[in-house]
Amino acid sequence: MSVRKTLSLDKLTVSFDGFKALNDLTLQVDPGELRCIIGPNGAGKTTMMDVITGKTRPDSGTATFGSDLNLLSMSEPEIAQAGIGRKFQKPTVFERLTVFENLELALAGDKSFFHTLFARRTPKQDKRIYEVLEIIGLTTQHQTEAGTLAHGQKQWLEIGMLMMQEPELLLVDEPVAGMTPQEIERTAELLLSLAGEHSVVVVEHDMDFVRSIAKRVTVLHEGHVIAEGDMDKVQKDPRVIEVYLGA
Amino acid sequence: MRKPFLRPGVQFVFIALLLLAGRSASPVFAQASSDATLLSTLGQLRDADFSDKEKFVDQLDQSGHPSVQAILTALLEDRLYSRNDDMKVFLAKTAATEDTTSLDLIDPVTLKGAGSATLDNLTKIGTNNHLRRALQTMLARYKLSSPDAAVRLDAARNMENDLDEATVRIFQQRVAVETDSKVKEELSTGLALAALDGSDPQARLAAVNTLRHSLRQDVLNKLQTLLVQSSDGSYVESDANVRQAAASAAKSISRRRTFYSGFETLFFGLSLGSVLVLIAIGLAITFGVMGVINMAHGELMMLGAYTTYVVQTLMPNHTETSILVAIPAAFIVATLMGILIERSVIRFLYGRPLETLLATFGVSLILQQLVRTFFTALNRSVNTPNWMSGTLQVNEALSITYNRLYIVIFTMLVFAALLVVLKRTRLGLDIRAVSQNRAMARAMGIRSEWVDALTFGLGSGIAGVAGVALSQLTNVNPNLGQSYIIDSFMVVVFGGVGSLWGSLVGGMSMGIVNELLEPYAGAVLAKIFVLIVLILFIQTRPRGLFPPTGRSSEN
Amino acid sequence: MANYTLWISARRDTGTGWFLGSLALIVIAVAVLNQAVPASSSLHVGAYGLTLVGKYLCYALLALAVDLIWGYCGILSLGHAAFFSLGGYAMGMYLMRQIGTRGVYGDPILPDFMVFLNYKSLPWFWHGFNHFAFALAMMMVVPAALALLFGWFAFRSRVTGVYLSIITQALTYALMLAFFRNDMGFGGNNGFTDFKDILGFDLHSDKVRVVLLVITGIVLAVSYLICRAIVSSRAGRVLRAIRDAESRTRFLGYRVATYKTWVFVISAVLAGIAGALYVPQIGIINPSEFSPINSIEVVIWVAVGGRGTLYGAAAGALLVNYAKTYFTSSIPEAWNYALGALFVLVTLFLPRGIVGLVSGRARKLKNAEPLPAQAKQQEPVSK
Repeated sequence: MSVRKTLSLDKLTVSFDGFKALNDLTLQVDPGELRCIIGPNGAGKTTMMDVITGKTRPDSGTATFGSDLNLLSMSEPEIAQAGIGRKFQKPTVFERLTVFENLELALAGDKSFFHTLFARRTPKQDKRIYEVLEIIGLTTQHQTEAGTLAHGQKQWLEIGMLMMQEPELLLVDEPVAGMTPQEIERTAELLLSLAGEHSVVVVEHDMDFVRSIAKRVTVLHEGHVIAEGDMDKVQKDPRVIEVYLGA
Repeated sequence: MRKPFLRPGVQFVFIALLLLAGRSASPVFAQASSDATLLSTLGQLRDADFSDKEKFVDQLDQSGHPSVQAILTALLEDRLYSRNDDMKVFLAKTAATEDTTSLDLIDPVTLKGAGSATLDNLTKIGTNNHLRRALQTMLARYKLSSPDAAVRLDAARNMENDLDEATVRIFQQRVAVETDSKVKEELSTGLALAALDGSDPQARLAAVNTLRHSLRQDVLNKLQTLLVQSSDGSYVESDANVRQAAASAAKSISRRRTFYSGFETLFFGLSLGSVLVLIAIGLAITFGVMGVINMAHGELMMLGAYTTYVVQTLMPNHTETSILVAIPAAFIVATLMGILIERSVIRFLYGRPLETLLATFGVSLILQQLVRTFFTALNRSVNTPNWMSGTLQVNEALSITYNRLYIVIFTMLVFAALLVVLKRTRLGLDIRAVSQNRAMARAMGIRSEWVDALTFGLGSGIAGVAGVALSQLTNVNPNLGQSYIIDSFMVVVFGGVGSLWGSLVGGMSMGIVNELLEPYAGAVLAKIFVLIVLILFIQTRPRGLFPPTGRSSEN
Repeated sequence: MANYTLWISARRDTGTGWFLGSLALIVIAVAVLNQAVPASSSLHVGAYGLTLVGKYLCYALLALAVDLIWGYCGILSLGHAAFFSLGGYAMGMYLMRQIGTRGVYGDPILPDFMVFLNYKSLPWFWHGFNHFAFALAMMMVVPAALALLFGWFAFRSRVTGVYLSIITQALTYALMLAFFRNDMGFGGNNGFTDFKDILGFDLHSDKVRVVLLVITGIVLAVSYLICRAIVSSRAGRVLRAIRDAESRTRFLGYRVATYKTWVFVISAVLAGIAGALYVPQIGIINPSEFSPINSIEVVIWVAVGGRGTLYGAAAGALLVNYAKTYFTSSIPEAWNYALGALFVLVTLFLPRGIVGLVSGRARKLKNAEPLPAQAKQQEPVSK
């Protein structure tokens, strides 16, 4: 099922004790788009994600997903249920369970004790797990303990677990930190393959990686969007140069 | 404040003086005749049966013979005998025991030695309870004139139990000349109590007003009996004014007593709490700073207690100072043991608090068994030095035992010392650095392994010192640690892991709450209640009163 | 894809086979050696032996209960003997009422200790215990209720780790203090003893002892299979996820507190049943069963055997208690040293217990053969 909803952030402002983490932030992500968000540290990238997922409430502004979902009035679990998934920087897979079991745990559906006690996977669910294993490229490792995977593989597994929730929008926070070049390439392929069916927002520092995946890039600085466009345009923008290189 | 009871007293004194003057006018003749009277009365006493004995004892008492006090004391102490072959009455020098075969005799008139006799040649002149009570009261009267104020006070107290007219007169006599304020007050109170039974309402009213300022339970009881109403509607105290005064006096005494007893409860709570605090602060350091749960903490305390015992055994003639030696000794012993445990076991289990819990439990079993092997499982008693014994009687409603007082003070000193170590010394700084951010501390050159060992040692040392305090309060045996370990964990959990102030506040409050509940619920139920309340408290504040900031032990 | 699914479910579990097999062997052997072999023979197992093995099996069940929550869910309960004792007391109350007029005081309704303490009538909570069915229900319901209450409070407030362990210890300690009181109506410090019969069968007869032993064995086996089913289900995987990364599991949408509470309740029920089977065989129950040291000992059985394996826990219980029986009869003082050393050595050197040691060896042998990655055996691993 393809995503149809647009993520729309309008004039978001968040301040912590006088410090403005987000300052009149306006941003829009089209359905199926793969957008990269870049910016120096403290630019507000994480805070922005916190607002989208409901972890933080803004002082002013709006945030909607699609025409009828007002993210600011929903709780964190509700937002997760509504199809927005977030992958954090540090991979937190279940080290002592196998890859397969990790994905199985992330299956959408009834998560109550009694249900899981007696639940048997349906063929449909098996199929879904298999599909995700294929997407993340861990089919042959499905019986491996997650703790023994390489760092990059753990990241993919985590993306896979996110996929099991059948999200419409994926927020991915610095996915390639600590990865080898080969892993970075694989990750790029993975994220690109996800776009279209899902909207993907990637926060990253690694410019080469951003260049390899992004059609549109948004640059954040001090909680505000200072430039937006394809990689070339953005890299030539005088304001961006000033912020990244200037004093 | 006191109405002088001089009038009847003056008469009595006058007559007594005349009699005494009369006596002293013809001393020799008077003496000889009174000696004879004495001997004959003694003879009658010897032959009388119990119902009549009191009569003769009274006669002796009235006679005023100088030997009477000694004779009556001897009679009370079962030391008055009659010699079978000549029926003469003698005092025995010492009381007879099971092994005694013969006794040294004292002449009743001269109070000088009079040879000895075998037990089968002697018949004891016996007493019964009734007679003994009478004797005690009589003897108390003699003591009332003793040069020692403490003896006088004791005598006054005894005599108050039986305030007959004679006693009242004696009191009146004495109160006029009494110099010691405590004894004077005791006498006045006694006189006032007696006056409450008098016929003159004004006198009774005056008595009530005297008694109003007392704090004594018996005074309160007496005032309250005045207010008792019998079935026909009449009160014990007939005069309404007196009744009113008595009621308000009773209320005042009651209120003040409750106030002081509240203090006493508070004090007991503080002393119990301070023991808990001593035990808990060592635990708080190791738990909070190192994330280590030390189940052997109680045993380190036990080692401190045993160290006190050993020190005392090695210094048998120096009970007063042995405890002062024991404190550093226990600290050193426990610290060394703590460092040993840390280096051999705990070092390998960092970051695994549950495993540390189990491993240290094993250590505690081993330590307990070691002590059992070397010292046996029997209780060992540690003597309290004199400067720590006894009670400070603040007033009749508030008494504080010295040993508990010193323990409270001691705990405060230890706490302060620990704060100084942690805040002002290099070691303390290193400890705090390592506990907040180990990697950073190491990067700055702090040798974290050493710091760990020393921290654990410090916590253990304090446990040892707590053991010294415990040895003063309870028996020393291998199970000492087990009795307190759960309480100390609760204090740490309640106060907040790693927080010294938390342990202080937590320990003190738990001690006070326990003391408050005990009179109502009994010791066991009080403990259960405290445990349950604590469990519920943890639900609302899982990290305790003063939660740790920075990296927690859960990581 | 169909083959693929088969790979997942064909996890070979040799441990269970070994366990059930050994259990059956022990029970049958002991039963036969008691009933079929004459008393004069040196192979004969007398009443003492029967009782001892029965005790071990009850302890094995208790160990299972602890492993279920500790090895698989990371909940270290240092007060599980409380549930064991509660179940034991429930059975004890039934057995006391069965004594009836055969007691020292001969009262048909009131047990001896009540007559001694001048009770006028049976306290309200004793009613119903003259029926076995009621006692059977209570031995499960009471521990379950306590576990539910405790779990409700503790897990919902996210009390974990050492805090939880300390609180469980405090709980059993409080219960011990309470049951030691003579006025609680539970026999005070003497507890219950002098049982005569159960359901009409004489508790002192060898035949009845054998039957009790066999029943214990069956209950142990069934409980084992139930536990095995739980941990092999998806719920079991959730439990393990909770053990390893609680917040992450919560983030996935699982209600962690509910899972913990349920598994804690199940574990308490198993412990209660173990206690109830223990009492008629041992013949006595008193409040010292609640003492914290008992609960901590259970943990060491599980640690020695190998937590997170189930059969390891049962094996650990058997081994350690056998060692205890042996030591305390020959060199009593040494037992405390041995037990203490056991705690230290197992946590330091044998984190996976004996089972881990054995399966480690087995794994080394297996790794010598070339295996396709998919068919790798699901291993019982505990760090």
